[in-house]
Amino acid sequence: MKVLVPVKRVVDYNVKIRVKPDNSGVDLSNVKMSVNPFCEIAIEEAVRLKEAGTATEVVAVAVGSTACQEQLRTCLALGADRAVLIETDADAQPLAIAKALQALQAKEQADIVIFGKQSIDGDNSQTGQMFAALTGMPQGTFASEVSIADGKMQVIREIDGGLETVSLSLPAVVTTDLRLNEPRYASLPNIMKAKKKPLDVLSPEELGVDMTPSLEIVAVEPPSERQAGIKVESVEELVDKLKNEAKVI
Amino acid sequence: MTILVVADHDNAELKPVTHIVVAAAAQIGGDIDVLVAGENCAAVAAEAAKIAGVSKALCADNAAYGHQLPENVAPLVAELGANYSHVMTAHSTVGKNFLPRVAAALDVAQISDIQSVESADTFKRPIYAGNAIATVKSSDAIKVLSVRGTAFDPAASEGGSGTVEAVASVHDAGISSFVSAEIVKSERPELTAASIVISGGRGMQSGDNFSLLEGIADKLGAAIGASRAAVDAGFVPNDMQVGQTGKIVAPDLYIAVGISGAIQHLAGMKDSKVIVAINKDEDAPIFQVADYGLVADLFQALPELEAKL
Repeated sequence: MKVLVPVKRVVDYNVKIRVKPDNSGVDLSNVKMSVNPFCEIAIEEAVRLKEAGTATEVVAVAVGSTACQEQLRTCLALGADRAVLIETDADAQPLAIAKALQALQAKEQADIVIFGKQSIDGDNSQTGQMFAALTGMPQGTFASEVSIADGKMQVIREIDGGLETVSLSLPAVVTTDLRLNEPRYASLPNIMKAKKKPLDVLSPEELGVDMTPSLEIVAVEPPSERQAGIKVESVEELVDKLKNEAKVI
Repeated sequence: MTILVVADHDNAELKPVTHIVVAAAAQIGGDIDVLVAGENCAAVAAEAAKIAGVSKALCADNAAYGHQLPENVAPLVAELGANYSHVMTAHSTVGKNFLPRVAAALDVAQISDIQSVESADTFKRPIYAGNAIATVKSSDAIKVLSVRGTAFDPAASEGGSGTVEAVASVHDAGISSFVSAEIVKSERPELTAASIVISGGRGMQSGDNFSLLEGIADKLGAAIGASRAAVDAGFVPNDMQVGQTGKIVAPDLYIAVGISGAIQHLAGMKDSKVIVAINKDEDAPIFQVADYGLVADLFQALPELEAKL
């Protein structure tokens, strides 16, 4: 079984981002970039499927600038067998990314495609579901447990208010939630080995995909700031303020 | 302009967030139809037709839609949505699941988690865990939008005089099936709908200690939440998580206990009307957004608070 894992290069989750003074976007110069944390969970799940003997090959793919090779090398160090970069300098939006991945899937014929549930920059939570619709695959989104038996995939999903289990025919799409697994760290020998693993570069033109965005980002602004309030000295004072000043209890 | 709102429901009643989506639709303007896709959901459709501002409720009642499987619901919404200028639903786990499939089927972009309507084609939405707000303009013929559940005042549940129309179209892709659901039963209000929320963080030190919050929650009629750190540490289940990757809440009163105030947590609660922080670290960032801060050991402060309420 082949597993395809699309990953995104994003600003590292520890970085406090800054909005550009001209409100044209977020300042990405000299900022640490990483694999989107949910995509890291996706890679980990794919590698575990391979270690369990369920999967035979794990392919990591990114859609973006040539700099994404750095994140694909990380995925190779974490256990992916090979990587593909669909290289574009366009502002790649979810539908265009899903179409590029659909074109790649036509070649790769993966049995399972594992996405992160959302990227921590755009926070869209769209690409996996769009890819599933375009390829006619069923989907198990926000997965906290994945098991495969008898040509079916069972996914436990995190939903509002609890958990839901669905059964999907293969090929299928999974999007990862936090509790699916805890990703490993890449060891130094694996980082060295990753440098020799194959990384192919394709262009959207070769795949016949138009990356032109249909959404225009008019402005990006910092959120309205909340003012800090006061410190109270005791629980008694707190209850008094809530009752008589804020009048919320 | 005509707007199709897809209802969030459990086949018995509407989820309150549907009224918020209708309110967002009303800000865009034009006729509003509400689609109720489900199984034995006629009562829900009747309820939807009564929401102020709704022209008609469309009721697609079939076993294929009973569990909101996106493989079946999305083709239905796309088929109906092709005749509308906007297709909208809640940015809930149901909406997030099926709506991108609708957008892909219609070959248009989706704008997720909108928090304001600037015009019929321009919307504001949070990015980078709410650390920036993007104004996004769509050039697509059909705007597909998911709506943030805390961003609009709900439309009145009475006052509308919409009609109910049955939809016969059945889409059953046959590639997915529902197995089971484990919904946590609770006497307490739902996290995203509660007017008071009390949340615990890593400072709670264990899942057992969350019982210290329960007594207070019961006295206040509050829902109990948690920070991602508390979920990651295994104290409590993920559906209690408040934050950018969990639930977004905006209650009248939010009490953060033993929560340092990481950016991702603040993104999920900073629109609350009044914020209280209880933390023993006086430099914790949570105090920068709190209206009332109490620097104290939570193991002393919580029992005292419960006693004084």
